[in-house]
Amino acid sequence: MGNEALRADVDLSHVDYPAVQQSPEFQELRRTHRSFVFPVLAACLVWYLAYVLLAVYAVDFMSTRVFGSVNVAMLLGLAQVVTTFAVTMWYVHYANTRLDPRSERIRTEIESGDFETEGAVR
Amino acid sequence: MFAFEAATSSPGNPWLNIAIFGAFVAVTMVIVFRASRSNKTAADYYAAGRSFTGGQNGSAIAGDYLSAASFLGIVGAIALNGYDGFLYSIGFLVAWLVALLLVAELLRNTGKFTMADVLSFRLKQRPVRIAAATTTLVVCFFYLLAQMAGAGGLVSLLLGVGDQVGQAVVITVVGALMILYVLVGGMKGTTWVQIIKAVLLIAGAGVMTIWVLALNGFDFSALLDKAVAVAENPAILDPGLKYGVSELSKIDFISLGLALVLGTAALPHVLMRFYTVPTAKEARKSVVWAIWLIGIFYVFTLVLGYGAAALVGPAVIAAAPGGPNSAAPLLAFSLGGPVLLGLISAIAFATILAVVAGLTITAAASFAHDIYASVVKKGKPEPGAEVKVARRTVVIIGVVAIIGGIGANGQNVAFLVALAFAVAASANLPTIVYSLFWKGFTTKGALWSMYGGLISAIVLIVFSPVVSGSETSMLKTEAIDFAIFPLSNPGIVSIPLAFLLGWIVSRFDKTVESPEKQAEMEVRSLTGLGAEKAVSH
Repeated sequence: MGNEALRADVDLSHVDYPAVQQSPEFQELRRTHRSFVFPVLAACLVWYLAYVLLAVYAVDFMSTRVFGSVNVAMLLGLAQVVTTFAVTMWYVHYANTRLDPRSERIRTEIESGDFETEGAVR
Repeated sequence: MFAFEAATSSPGNPWLNIAIFGAFVAVTMVIVFRASRSNKTAADYYAAGRSFTGGQNGSAIAGDYLSAASFLGIVGAIALNGYDGFLYSIGFLVAWLVALLLVAELLRNTGKFTMADVLSFRLKQRPVRIAAATTTLVVCFFYLLAQMAGAGGLVSLLLGVGDQVGQAVVITVVGALMILYVLVGGMKGTTWVQIIKAVLLIAGAGVMTIWVLALNGFDFSALLDKAVAVAENPAILDPGLKYGVSELSKIDFISLGLALVLGTAALPHVLMRFYTVPTAKEARKSVVWAIWLIGIFYVFTLVLGYGAAALVGPAVIAAAPGGPNSAAPLLAFSLGGPVLLGLISAIAFATILAVVAGLTITAAASFAHDIYASVVKKGKPEPGAEVKVARRTVVIIGVVAIIGGIGANGQNVAFLVALAFAVAASANLPTIVYSLFWKGFTTKGALWSMYGGLISAIVLIVFSPVVSGSETSMLKTEAIDFAIFPLSNPGIVSIPLAFLLGWIVSRFDKTVESPEKQAEMEVRSLTGLGAEKAVSH
């Protein structure tokens, strides 16, 4: 998905998008993207919801002192911050290594006109 | 929680506060004028020529997002209500993962200037654009009202302007300044104001945090002990002081949490910022920067909130002019005297100015680009006409915001901000997600979801305890009571409803949306093929 280089204007009016969409290359990119963002986001939202529910319905547990006056609620709150940072870095790494090379290859192939769409005549 | 009250005295020196704020305005004005020299096309005016880097845009996003409600409101909420104030921060932060993983890059790749560009990409242009522009304007309007109302309250606290007329004058000055920034600077000028403000705000909060920790030997637990001793209430360390009082308030908090976590990725002024960078990769980098800055800032607020409780004391804060919102300024005063108070006050003003400017340019762009150029002129406006309309819209929105801000002065700021989040999550998020990821989504589904989410959220708010039924409601009397909906945040009802409406209506809709357009959108969103490029000057 990264498109760093500023390219000269390319005529895209003849691109057969449905054929590109059906191509194995694009389907793989789509799978690579979805198989990361959907489960990871779902897990993060569940983790957040669990935190909210604990704060509201499990006050005694959240009030347990862990060290000094620092309690479970504060540690879990900071854990939310830490997981948010961690997921952010994880996604950036994933996108840089797994998504960007794939999307770049498809894009440059289409722009230079040598994209092979299976069974499609262009 | 964020209610502002009229006040007659200020702890610091009002003239010092005004001088520091004046210096901020002078410096940013020079920068805005310099930045505006290259404003020529619509892409320059709305999207700053797509020339910002990820780091710059990320800072601007943080500047846009960390509003006065975040800074003054959360510090005050923690100082008075203890841990429950921190729950807000977590929701505001985790919300960014939705933006990072689902929205930012795909939106950058498929849109041009506004949210409606993406939503109407593969559906019927006119009705979807009108609906998306409507929700954009409504969300921006509520967010604007909150900021302008906050400006009035801040003034009472920081400048010692207690009477309504004096506050109205200051709201007008803030509004006029904002109009000037946006008219002259466009998106480029607005972005620079937000970047400068974000740096000042985070640096100021950081200095105060280290200061507070240093006073306690860098022992956070000792700080908590001191806060408990001063507040004479150990419960401020535990959740539940504010939201645990009844079963209803618990459900209300879950509703609020849902709106916070799902609203961010659907806020039009946040989405528009992704168009100011040259590529999707830079859009990704901007969110990463924003997440780091916002996350670190919210950790600061935890220390500052308990610091204010320990060093100033909840009783003093609650009795101070401005109530809970005075916690951060009073903490600054007790740490660094009138100079630090003046600096923090000026930063708080700058915060309101920057957020208001960002909202105004978003609303103006949506009106000029979506309604005027795309619907009225059917996508063929005369050259230059669109930007001209946008500039005129800026003035109109500015005037409306000033009048609304004077009217809303004294209203609960959190109510208006939470309403904006709930409306955004209900009206925009389902359609954004469906149109990017679900092939079967149809125009009818989009319209039902957007209008259904928008109307249900607003109707539920009108019939909520926030508007009527108590002394603390908007109507300020127990005599009028039509609060038949028990929750003060509608999110738990209106967000699932909007998702459901979009899904059911699309499933039963017999019309088939163009599969070619769907293919084009999906290919472009993931590969960045044909994405709008940076303007070279």
